[in-house]
Amino acid sequence: MATIREFPFGAFVVETAFIDGVAAFALGDGTVRLVKDAAAESFLVHSGAILSAVPTLDGKLLVTGGDDGRVAATDAKGEVKLLAEHPRKWVDHVATGPNGAVARAVGRQVFVTAGGNEKTFDLPRAAGGLAFAPKGLRLAVARYDGVSLFFAGTDAPPVELPWKGAHLTVIFSPDGRNVVTAMQENALHGWRLDDGKDMRMSGYPAKTRSLAWTAKGRFLATSGANAAILWPFHFKDGPMGKQPVQLAPREVLVSRVAAHPKRETVAIGYQDGMILLADIADAKETLLRRPGEDPVSALAFDAKGNRLAFGTESGAGGVIDIG
Amino acid sequence: MAETQIPVTVLTGYLGAGKTTLLNRILSENHGKRYAVVVNEFGEIGIDNDLIVESDEEIYEMNNGCVCCTVRGDLIRVVEGLMKRPEGFDGILVETTGLANPAPVAQTFFMDDEVKARARLDAVVTVADAKNLAARLADAPEAEEQIGFADVILLNKTDLVTPEELAGIERRIRAMNPHAVIHRTERCAIPIERVLDRGSFDLDRILSLDPDFLDGSHEDEHDHHHDHDGHDHHDHDHDHHHDNAVTSVSLRGGDLDPDLIFPWISRITQEKGPDILRLKGILAVKDDPDRYVVQGVHMIIEGDHQRAWRDDEKRESRLVFIGRNLDEEKLRTAFEACLA
Repeated sequence: MATIREFPFGAFVVETAFIDGVAAFALGDGTVRLVKDAAAESFLVHSGAILSAVPTLDGKLLVTGGDDGRVAATDAKGEVKLLAEHPRKWVDHVATGPNGAVARAVGRQVFVTAGGNEKTFDLPRAAGGLAFAPKGLRLAVARYDGVSLFFAGTDAPPVELPWKGAHLTVIFSPDGRNVVTAMQENALHGWRLDDGKDMRMSGYPAKTRSLAWTAKGRFLATSGANAAILWPFHFKDGPMGKQPVQLAPREVLVSRVAAHPKRETVAIGYQDGMILLADIADAKETLLRRPGEDPVSALAFDAKGNRLAFGTESGAGGVIDIG
Repeated sequence: MAETQIPVTVLTGYLGAGKTTLLNRILSENHGKRYAVVVNEFGEIGIDNDLIVESDEEIYEMNNGCVCCTVRGDLIRVVEGLMKRPEGFDGILVETTGLANPAPVAQTFFMDDEVKARARLDAVVTVADAKNLAARLADAPEAEEQIGFADVILLNKTDLVTPEELAGIERRIRAMNPHAVIHRTERCAIPIERVLDRGSFDLDRILSLDPDFLDGSHEDEHDHHHDHDGHDHHDHDHDHHHDNAVTSVSLRGGDLDPDLIFPWISRITQEKGPDILRLKGILAVKDDPDRYVVQGVHMIIEGDHQRAWRDDEKRESRLVFIGRNLDEEKLRTAFEACLA
């Protein structure tokens, strides 16, 4: 079995990512923990819980939003820069985009900072999620009854992608051609951007909270079922009419998925804390972490795919050397 | 993941009835407990602490075929956020705006799996202004919903009405909601334990449908259960009982046939769900030594065996509907058809 180095962080691991090769963990106690080899250092970034965390595209900073109303960026040395502050409000979502763009959702407002400028978008209802397109300065805002695509560099009205229901997490495909959301009802929805064609992906027994594109964007791996559900996007018409691949079924729900950056392999975290690797081609499974007591709440590969960082709801976290 | 669920108290009532007074009292009293409070606006809450969360009401309709199943999407997000903090808290208080319908708030705690795993609805507490409630009931369906939905009603500002007016409005409330505990208060002065930790949605704690039966703690109360002036009398305020006003229907009987009563309860709540605000029952089921307890909010029904009927306890079935357009005769006939 791969070597695992685990730490008792003691607070909900909201997100994990590698920053300049260092494993970083954003926690519910407001700290970011940085793990270099055998030691974990703690840096206090927020005075409340971190609600949302995402690395910058260049992999050098971890941007976090907290229930203290602050948005901060932490580097691999633990230096913290305050990016914005909204007193007495919660920063529900943060997103990072090309050229250092950062977006944050605070209730019914979305703020985009890019190239030294800040734009504010007022929404009729709270944002359910944010995502930048892989190129340019387009921001997808998940909302009630659909997604609004803002061209953050202009004052043009957003392009609306309608679909009834509450849309929460939103992501673009790596080629920028599709937008996919996870909804409050147990389903995903997608839109092909060039013609607005709808894609329904349903059948989940629970809500999907974790989505990850596999290498070259061939599959979209998702949580929310008893197996990792992978929708094929490499066909001409996307996943429509295709059966998803189901990997590593167990009697417990999958809570988190992460995609290997190079191989067609997915890391799967479950409600009981178990983590394993599954190959898409032959469904071969490799156990990485035995079940504990709490759901896996965060999972991330490093840039080369040699290490997997993980975290759980009760605050266990660490790094697994996959080699 | 065997954490205990955090109890959630929903605080509702019209503007000016005294909700904020009650909230301030709960937050400032020295009871040693930590409560997270969710409000629409910070407003007049006198205490500033990091457990007060301002949240814009967001109603999500569920696309699961159930047209009246709505939830508060913002509460889902707030509960998830609060659960990330390492320090626990003893409860969550959700204050709704004056015009709010309590149903979406209550339903949130039954419809979202993750919220359900972490939190449980404890009680709906309605603060009503004794002087103005009658007028509110006449002109606003939301006021009726807030009374019909309640487990605890604080009939506040009693110092502003005469004893006759007070008895009158209390009778009116009682006719709409037979199972809520009504407290007459001034400035919401009431021991906190009468308002919090009620277990009103906990099937194990539904001991009686009789609001006077307060887990044995009612001896010292000098407020009211029965009308002092005795028996049944007509309600002198016949005014404004418009056609689809909120009313209640109380059904009683002996042992029930399980092959009839359960399908009927299921059917009636699916068909009439939108009109049924609350349902509560303690049922004696033929050949079953245990009491069967049911409670429901619109179409969401929960039921379970509770405990054995005691030897000194009369095996009696009671079912109370609170809602609109309730056809008492039809309900009674259908219920009696389920008797064993």
